[in-house]
Amino acid sequence: MRSSTRRKWYNIRKDCKLMETFTYYPGCTLRTKAKDLDAYARASAEALGIALEEPADWQCCGGAYTTAKDEIATKLSAVRTLNAAKEQGRALITVCSACHNVIKQTNYDISRDEEMAAKVNNYLQLPEAYTGETTVYHYLEMLRDVVGFDKLKEKVVAPLKGVKIAAYYGCLLLRPSAALAMDDPENPTIMEDFIRAIGATPVIYAQRNECCGGYITLEDKSQAAKRSGAVMESAKDQGADMIITACPLCLYNLRKNSGSDLPVYYFTEILAQALGLKEGNNE
Amino acid sequence: MNKNLKEQVLRSSGVNVLKCMRCGKCSGTCPSYDEMEYHPHQFVYMVEKGDIETLMKSESIYKCLTCFACVDRCPRGVQPAKVVEAVRLAAIRQQDGNHLSPDQIPSLLDEDLPQQAIVTAMRKYAK
Repeated sequence: MRSSTRRKWYNIRKDCKLMETFTYYPGCTLRTKAKDLDAYARASAEALGIALEEPADWQCCGGAYTTAKDEIATKLSAVRTLNAAKEQGRALITVCSACHNVIKQTNYDISRDEEMAAKVNNYLQLPEAYTGETTVYHYLEMLRDVVGFDKLKEKVVAPLKGVKIAAYYGCLLLRPSAALAMDDPENPTIMEDFIRAIGATPVIYAQRNECCGGYITLEDKSQAAKRSGAVMESAKDQGADMIITACPLCLYNLRKNSGSDLPVYYFTEILAQALGLKEGNNE
Repeated sequence: MNKNLKEQVLRSSGVNVLKCMRCGKCSGTCPSYDEMEYHPHQFVYMVEKGDIETLMKSESIYKCLTCFACVDRCPRGVQPAKVVEAVRLAAIRQQDGNHLSPDQIPSLLDEDLPQQAIVTAMRKYAK
């Protein structure tokens, strides 16, 4: 390659980096019951100078990662998404906690388990084998590691001053921590730092990284009520005005099964509000 | 003791049950403790003893929320949730072993239930 051509390519690649384009995987629920989570994520990213591009023909992640080593077919759709980002030469951004968990666990295992990688690639027959090359960010990690909470703070036009917000991590954002590698699983700070960046006050409470009941709502409503009720009570006891989450199923359990009247929102809704892209919630 | 089943569960989970020191932290931190007949630490030692069929017949396999609290908090890195998953798979992979069928789904829906709950439940409860 001639050096002038090489320089041209280098500059194009550098420009791409400045534009900060990411492959964005919304997942099935963000297309249907969690449109707010998606719409405000997209609007806010744009305002922060981040371009999000969906891969063509993405499929549902499956909702839950099957940890069993003899399960391969259930892991293929996540690998297809990871490979789409690899082929585009970009990092992958997810926003739903469940998608994020499935995709990160798949990526972690395929990069370490040769037998799994071999079986997956035997199925998929990709032009080039996928063995965990893609970097995966949760949207919150993108705010922290790509945009930076300091820069986010500068972009806030409507700070949520005086609002006491309880961050609900649940389980899927943090665990298993070896694969998710997002934050300290027992003493996380990423959502509290986000809350400070948009001008509000974070509320720390005991149940912030305990399970809401998840899919047990289909099997045993009383168990879902017990778990989500414990989360809401714990946040309310610490004086929270609202709870924020990244997970549509957490939002469902906390709103519908907990029996509590504490308001629950997606973190992208209050992000958009702080950036002046959404009217405030009437609390 | 069913040696074949034990071997299958050990391979499928990838867990070394002999690492367990019976501290009970997994069960202590389990959000489904009260709902379970057999608790996470019992899964680990019953698999070690090869007593798998008892676990396969118990409703406890459908009570695990896969929240990974036991996985992260185990001081010995045993990963009990992976054992529960492997036992549940051994049960639902059997002929007529499905715990949830698509026919049941419409009656379980409400207008706010996210799709994520349905796909996850089908993954956990049916093959």
